[in-house]
Amino acid sequence: MAKVLMKGNEAIGEAAIRAGCLNYFAYPITPQSEVAEYLVRRMPEVGGVFLQGESEVAVGYMIFGAAGAGERVFTTSSSPGISLMSEAISYIAAAQCPAVFVNIMRGGPGLGGILPSQADYLQATKGIGHGDCRLLVMAPASVQEAVEMVMKAFPLAEKYRNPVMILGDGLIGQMMEPVEFPDHLKTEATNKDAWATNGMDHRNSKTRNLVKSLFLDPVQLNDNNLVLKAKYDRMRAEEVMSESYHTDCDYKGLIVSYGTMSRVCRTAVDMLKAEGIDVGMVRPPDGFSVSRKGRCRGSDEAVVHPCAEHRDEHGPDGRGC
Amino acid sequence: MGKTFKKPEALSDTHTHYCPGCTHGVIHRLVAETIDELGIRGRTVGIAPVGCAVLAYNYFNFDFQEAAHGRAPAMATGIKRVRPDLMVFTYQGDGDLASIGMGEIIHAANRGEKFTTIFVNNAIYGMTGGQMAPTTMPDQRTSTSPFGRKVDEVGMPIKMAELLAALQTPAYISRQTVIKPKYINKAKKSIKQAFTYQLENKCFSLVEVVSTCPTNWGMTPVQAVEWTEKTLLAYYQPGDYKVPA
Repeated sequence: MAKVLMKGNEAIGEAAIRAGCLNYFAYPITPQSEVAEYLVRRMPEVGGVFLQGESEVAVGYMIFGAAGAGERVFTTSSSPGISLMSEAISYIAAAQCPAVFVNIMRGGPGLGGILPSQADYLQATKGIGHGDCRLLVMAPASVQEAVEMVMKAFPLAEKYRNPVMILGDGLIGQMMEPVEFPDHLKTEATNKDAWATNGMDHRNSKTRNLVKSLFLDPVQLNDNNLVLKAKYDRMRAEEVMSESYHTDCDYKGLIVSYGTMSRVCRTAVDMLKAEGIDVGMVRPPDGFSVSRKGRCRGSDEAVVHPCAEHRDEHGPDGRGC
Repeated sequence: MGKTFKKPEALSDTHTHYCPGCTHGVIHRLVAETIDELGIRGRTVGIAPVGCAVLAYNYFNFDFQEAAHGRAPAMATGIKRVRPDLMVFTYQGDGDLASIGMGEIIHAANRGEKFTTIFVNNAIYGMTGGQMAPTTMPDQRTSTSPFGRKVDEVGMPIKMAELLAALQTPAYISRQTVIKPKYINKAKKSIKQAFTYQLENKCFSLVEVVSTCPTNWGMTPVQAVEWTEKTLLAYYQPGDYKVPA
């Protein structure tokens, strides 16, 4: 398929449709409102659902309702809006429903600003909402990656029956780049008859389904948390992605960076290399592969922090980040 | 001779956790009878609130989702928009719908979402132990208004049926009660009407049911019925507040 020049936010909207998701609920917030402005025209063309909710809080539960009914569904928002949706994300994770959330991050805390920022890393990867819930997180460094990650997010959400977050930023959302929508990333939705409230007649069943997150019996609550924990462990084991750049040398420093910043850092690595300074880079495209004081796959030697750490703890430059 | 009275198929065969004198059981039965009579059990999805009816899905026998506090109308919106062929209803109390969920109910009603809301108003927070609700009557004592609701501090109780009927989009807004048989028949008719309008693809419908909470009111069931009839129904007057043109 030929490449087209598209703004990141619009490409993200189109990617969801190409992935087979025809249901979108959202609330306007800069710098991601173009997704809604694109999909309000595009969804009717493909027989899809577009609805602007009254708040991010409500949108979070529209997503929960639709996901619970067994339909592919997604929303997009930006940092303060994601905070408001995080309540629903906790419920969705607890009730084990698949859904996709796109966070086009802006600066914080509070109302912060509207320029790109990577400040929601901890919120996205270390637990969002209340209780022990986790997301699968993917952080694109280009519009093309954003497209592919959105398309991959739906089958991943269904595989784990868990919310998936695309952690982009205002730069990804606002930037125009040539993109293509790989046909092979279009997937059929999985059969959800075993658990979704899609109507007993619809699934030819005499047994009703429940979508819920309340377990008043502490033993049952504990059991549900153990089920979720096992699932999160499986995500870590099976879905970790990593990318190394210029690490096949005796590097003097190692940058760990994600999303848009990894693209900036790649240029920095090249510039340093031109000056005769070898610095490597490890990039976790997902949010699961790097943990504080943990090891990053792709680097056998470095102990890394979420952003960056100097290879030699006693080096003259001290710690990065 | 056949059976003339039986448990609706849409109800589970189980005991409820509701207190003696509480009217949730009667309202559950009316909803279940309606679903049976309309033959829609296989394509109905209910949404439980947070409040005394949080476990309603244990008593109904069809697909159910459980909402966060006040968010049932947003969940119903999500379900109905992606699956318009399903029959969707929320079952919410007055703390859930008129306090924390005020935004969700107003906007769902105003968009004309094609689902039905059963709004159970007993003028108090039941599940959390009898705190003051937006619907609590003036001078009514609750655990957070121990000297009676002071209207100069917290305003007058909200009349949800009238408030929602002021919107132009909803199809059907009605208020009923189930404290005596003569009221129960009317409430049943009203609930069936609301579901029928949804079947006909009409916009949002809501039936408010004025209910009792003897436990948290500190009354016997009989006193609760008397207080409801004398005090609550004088303020929350039954009737149809909006019907389709």
